[in-house]
Amino acid sequence: MNLVIMRLTARSLLGRRRVVLLSLLPGVLLLVAAATRWGSDADPWATAHMLHNFAMSTILPLVCLIIGTGAIGPEIEDGSIVYLLAKPISRTTIALSKLVVAVTTALAMGAVPIALAGAVSGDWHWKLTLAYGVASALGAVAYTTVFFTLAILTRNAIISGLIYALLWEGVIGGYVPGVRVLSIRQWILAPAEEIAAPQASTWGVSSQVGLSTGLLLLVVTTILAAAFAARRLQTISVRGSE
Amino acid sequence: MSAITLTNVSRWFGNVVAANDVTMEIGPGITGLLGPNGAGKTTLISMMGGFLAPSAGTVLLDGVPTWRNPEIYRTVGIVPETEAAYDMMTGWQFVLANALLHELEYPETAATAAIEAVDMATAQGRAIGTYSKGMKQRIKMATSLVHQPSVLLLDEPFSGMDPRQRLHLMDLLRSLAADGKTILFSSHILEEVEVVADTIEVMVAGRHAASGDFRKIRRLMTERPHRYTVRSSDNRALAAAIIAEGSANAVSLAPDRVDVEASDFGSFVHALPRLAHKAKIRLLDVTPADESLESVFSYLVAR
Repeated sequence: MNLVIMRLTARSLLGRRRVVLLSLLPGVLLLVAAATRWGSDADPWATAHMLHNFAMSTILPLVCLIIGTGAIGPEIEDGSIVYLLAKPISRTTIALSKLVVAVTTALAMGAVPIALAGAVSGDWHWKLTLAYGVASALGAVAYTTVFFTLAILTRNAIISGLIYALLWEGVIGGYVPGVRVLSIRQWILAPAEEIAAPQASTWGVSSQVGLSTGLLLLVVTTILAAAFAARRLQTISVRGSE
Repeated sequence: MSAITLTNVSRWFGNVVAANDVTMEIGPGITGLLGPNGAGKTTLISMMGGFLAPSAGTVLLDGVPTWRNPEIYRTVGIVPETEAAYDMMTGWQFVLANALLHELEYPETAATAAIEAVDMATAQGRAIGTYSKGMKQRIKMATSLVHQPSVLLLDEPFSGMDPRQRLHLMDLLRSLAADGKTILFSSHILEEVEVVADTIEVMVAGRHAASGDFRKIRRLMTERPHRYTVRSSDNRALAAAIIAEGSANAVSLAPDRVDVEASDFGSFVHALPRLAHKAKIRLLDVTPADESLESVFSYLVAR
């Protein structure tokens, strides 16, 4: 880890205007949570429904997409990454330092607000808060790492990420059962289902994969993505406009 | 003292060849990498700086490959062409961050010295986003000097500078060269290169077209045939006078103009007004027909 790189990354990720815009997503989520509580009289079923269909399917991937790609994409795009690369620091250190900042930010802007939303909207013995808190924390790590790697691989990282999160996980996953198994959302829901038991089925907290499968796939995907990011940064070509 | 050695280096992107079998050695002193836009200058500098792998051949810094070797950045300083820097930081913060990334023992002292060297002390407290192009160029320069590298690679460092800033940078490069540093900068302007460079490497369309000191290259460039289009009050009489005078080796008469090909740039340009005056012909228009840099370079390549 390199503290200077982490500071620089945090600074560009949380620049004055960016942080305001970025707070919009968790802000909206908390408002929706409050409205859900008011409309449903703090019914845990309504909370689970809101978290499942809004927080986990839209807010979490979007927050992670913006943060994961934003931690390195713009610098590659405008070439200023050269100032980091032209230093006697291993590229793995550069990649991991940036990734740690991105994941931490995603936890703060994604996972924490989702857990809070569960508590605000109406819970039963903190079950949903804990279940979705754990799920979104795992999701923040996995999604952010994957989108970060995507930003190193392609200049169209945001579009590719949106297609993955909204089309693959959201739409196609709704029709084709096999696709559901291959999506981060189902993997992170597996521990949520376990924590919410025995009420999980009443509340509709369910995953397509078992707990151990889900966790294994999460760990493998995250580690592979991070390793790939570090590897790609070692051979990234930086050229001027010529 | 450090040297960069390129041996049979080629680089292609898909089926576009950006550098074609280039062999050159960059030693201490100032070397100018000259060539028109798109000649492969940035590609070469990227490979020297370890940001691009050669498709074929080797790029060595003091005998060690530059590709995938971050250790070279203890020796090399790079001024990239990109204007993008960390715009929300002040000049001081940016240079200091670079010093910290180099893990220097006294980062503040090093940053202060680098900013002094580029004459940016008065503006160091302002955000980089508010800088003019020339100021940005100088602060970029400071970041590359902060660890006192023995090799300095600069991609189009003079672009966007006003004449005063240009002179200042030239002085700075000269004083660094006097300390025995190896400096390479790219440019597409011959005048810029010949003022400051000891050695010139000319690139044209990915090929290493010429190499040597600037006088040799200057002569190559000025001794090529020069073509002019001349319009006058009496084209026919003027054509006759030019032929008779002898400094042109081909004259052709078109209805509204005279096309002249002169082998010696200097003598024709001096002779033309004199003989027009003597024959009482008014010159209306004298235009060099192919003075673009590309045509100068392509002449060099064809030789």
